[in-house]
Amino acid sequence: MGTTDDVRADLPAAMTNLAEDFHAVTERERLQLLLELSHELPDLPERYAGRLDQMERVDECQSPLFLAVEVADDEARTVSLFFDAPAEAPTTRGFAGILHEGLDGLPAEEVLAVPDDAPYRFGLAEAVSPLRMRGMVGMLGRIKRQVRLRSEALTAGGGA
Amino acid sequence: MTTTWLAEHLGDDGLVVLESDEDVLLYDTGHVPGALKLDWHTDLNDPLTRDYVDGERFAQVMGERGVGRDTTVVIYGDKSNWWAAYALWVMTLFGHEDVRLLDGGRAAWIAEGRELTTDVPQVEPVDYPVVERDDSQVRAFREDVLAHLGGPLVDVRSPGEYSGELLHMPDYPQEGAMRGGHIPGARSVPWARAANEDGTFKAREELEAIYLAEQGLDPAEETVAYCRIGERSSHTWFVLTHLLGFEKVRNYDGSWTEWGNAVGVPVER
Repeated sequence: MGTTDDVRADLPAAMTNLAEDFHAVTERERLQLLLELSHELPDLPERYAGRLDQMERVDECQSPLFLAVEVADDEARTVSLFFDAPAEAPTTRGFAGILHEGLDGLPAEEVLAVPDDAPYRFGLAEAVSPLRMRGMVGMLGRIKRQVRLRSEALTAGGGA
Repeated sequence: MTTTWLAEHLGDDGLVVLESDEDVLLYDTGHVPGALKLDWHTDLNDPLTRDYVDGERFAQVMGERGVGRDTTVVIYGDKSNWWAAYALWVMTLFGHEDVRLLDGGRAAWIAEGRELTTDVPQVEPVDYPVVERDDSQVRAFREDVLAHLGGPLVDVRSPGEYSGELLHMPDYPQEGAMRGGHIPGARSVPWARAANEDGTFKAREELEAIYLAEQGLDPAEETVAYCRIGERSSHTWFVLTHLLGFEKVRNYDGSWTEWGNAVGVPVER
């Protein structure tokens, strides 16, 4: 990981800000930042609460994480993200927190344009070990896959 | 060690409590008062080579946690003590004499409503001697496993991993191995069979029923355990060695991420 430019390349604005926050602090403080993001991850809205069968399980995560992706039938195809992970999995929750803060509310096109190596732009591989990064890579891959499928379905359905 | 024993001995001279979790942030959300974090990956693995740290680094990791060569170390962690067992096994490679597991781990401590704190204790570093790691007794390398084929092998992964089925969705290949299946002749005994629902170890008679009566393992015979990267098999290694008194059990830490990628080694489905 090199310059600030590499870190920011092709990332949406909210994600760039987060990446810069992570790079501005020491490795130890990065873990604290990740912990804060894990606390800030919003609870599930009522329509998903207790309905994990409606969500996608992310197997790449060390601890069970469930994900739901909605794409609105509006012009921008606005993406909404919902995550569920237990409090005993703060790292997984923190990863979800980064993706929520970085991607929620963006147009589908911008989410699809996020580079697949984005999870490595936060300086976390050194702080948490590269092995633990697969969870976040898995989440991003699955988010993009769902966004693609749902956008296609909307277009095929003649919506908007 | 039981949670009651630990609660009564917290703060004793000559005792250091370490938390070793899968989740690297969990310690920071709250831990047993006085406990220190020992991360299986960032503290015990070499950052470059796929191997454990050397004697010098191990001495540093121990010393900065106030652990001396004759300190009693109690380790606990999440996930039914997988990583705690792994840390204990790595300490065994360095011949640390007195290292124990907290039965039931982190979950048991919390379930009993015992105290947690986010205070990280200030530790007076001590000198831990530089001891060379001894990989010859409780660790198996790929060559050792090849030489051991035909002898008792325990695959402690889930049944799906053992059978070699791919459980992932389309577009998501099974990460970490080129081939699915198991080492020829390995018995499938998922690690969790040794644990109760609450994460504590089963009673000795129950363990004997599984490993001796049902699986036909013999405590006098050299046995090798493996999983994917050696953490779940550390749990089984602990059970066979310390709870059932097997004479020689080795943990093959290369496990499936090595065997399932190695060219030319035999695989069974």
